Amino acid sequence: MAEFLSLHDAVARYVEDGATVAMEGFTHLIPFAAGHEVIRQQKRDLTLIRMTPDIIYDQLIGAGCARKVIFSWGGNPGVGSLHRLRDAVEKGWPHKVEILEHSHAAMACAFEAGAAGLPLAVFRGYIGSELPSVNDQIKFIECPFTGERLAAVPSVRPDVSIIHAQRADRQGNVLVEGIVGVQKEAVLAAKHSIVTVEEVVDDLDAHPNACVIPGWAISAVAVAEKGALPSYTHGYYGRSNRFYKEWDAIARDRDTFTQWLDENVYRTQESAQ
Amino acid sequence: MSLEYSASEMMSVTAARALENGSTCFVGIGLPSEAANLARLTHAPDVVLIYESGTLQTKPNVLPLSIGDGELAETALTTVGVPEMFRYWLQGGKIDVGFLGTAQIDKYCNLNTTLIGDYREPKVRLPGGGGAPEIATNAGEVFITLRHSRRAFVKNVDFVTTLGFGRDGKGRDNVPNIGKGPTRVITDLCVMKPDPDTKELVVVSLHPGVTREEVMDATGWEVRFAERLESTPEPSENELTILRELKARTEQAHAGA
Repeated sequence: MAEFLSLHDAVARYVEDGATVAMEGFTHLIPFAAGHEVIRQQKRDLTLIRMTPDIIYDQLIGAGCARKVIFSWGGNPGVGSLHRLRDAVEKGWPHKVEILEHSHAAMACAFEAGAAGLPLAVFRGYIGSELPSVNDQIKFIECPFTGERLAAVPSVRPDVSIIHAQRADRQGNVLVEGIVGVQKEAVLAAKHSIVTVEEVVDDLDAHPNACVIPGWAISAVAVAEKGALPSYTHGYYGRSNRFYKEWDAIARDRDTFTQWLDENVYRTQESAQ
Repeated sequence: MSLEYSASEMMSVTAARALENGSTCFVGIGLPSEAANLARLTHAPDVVLIYESGTLQTKPNVLPLSIGDGELAETALTTVGVPEMFRYWLQGGKIDVGFLGTAQIDKYCNLNTTLIGDYREPKVRLPGGGGAPEIATNAGEVFITLRHSRRAFVKNVDFVTTLGFGRDGKGRDNVPNIGKGPTRVITDLCVMKPDPDTKELVVVSLHPGVTREEVMDATGWEVRFAERLESTPEPSENELTILRELKARTEQAHAGA
């Protein structure tokens, strides 16, 4: 049964230094408020997993939280580079970050395999790509039935997964609507999970086939209004495309970034998001 | 004909025309998305557009800035999870055309979106593979669209993120359950297709007003031209109007909020 905690307490309890953390949300429902709380609590040496690191991991990397990043597409969508990720990889600022990169298909399958309790994911992928030559977590196996050569990657099993969703009911059951990405898989694959929500309601009012994650499969639920901004929450508010564009200039320069972080993360409380 | 249009518009219209009505297309963000939606709004109203964010049969009114904009889910027939998207719809063989962009492309149509330079000491770190490595092998065929320049069209890509035909042109030979691979590359100067035997990219059509020299200057290898080199048909007034309206709507939508 999910416990209702403040975002501060949920992060303090479940995100330990050195942990493997997946903050998911495929462009939609990116858990920014939770990411900022991780930065404020100055968590260190995290292995950060996300298909698309997006601005959220750019901020965590720039803030010095990451030791390693596992991802499949590390850009600012529609805008360009993630400058903090690049600065860490190319110049080692604020410190060197190890990267392990996959394709989307591989990571999606790895999350699914994690949720399914399997040690690996098998799929038809990486044919002719040079990614296997730089990522030792990509192997090939032979299908025992047909002999076909297939790609295999280890499943994703985070210590903690963090997602954002539209709402929870008072039992902590969570409804995720719109682009659902790999959020359900991320929660089910992890040892612990934190779900931030826009609001808590009496009745989820969900369709029979809606994406509902039962409260008993979640560790903690925390209310974080507008907790996905500058990404969006379907049915609540839109994506701030303007901020994604502005981020390019903010993140390009170390001083501008540091100042932004001071003003917008360190000096704010979680409720002021 | 004396319609005024830019090289970019010529590229988008030509790329759009490549998509057949009724085909299912897995769409990359940026130029491919612009071309695919232009196709849907002109000659191919029944083209099925699928984005890797899980949005199936989507009809966005404005072009998405990101691959997972709300517009895509709101105008989709249905939205599925990302594992289902890659496993059932792409790997399951439901996609006719994968429509991709790229940072670098070589003469065998291999795509690099990973980095410039050496992997451990990159000069420029690019976003990475995303959906492309499996789109390029699991879709029935692949269209590629990008601007023509010597930086982009290189003899050998620094890194093969996504298979065209391999570094020797034989990368798809004897591989089971693999798509045809790239069948055309549409740029702002020309259309290229792989040679049926060697798989080397050959210029098959020059856009109006573009010379062979311009294409040679913008290509990092000694590019070949087809014996029967064609002239790409110009955009129609209708296509230009719809493209411009789409881009104006998009710009307005992305400036807000």
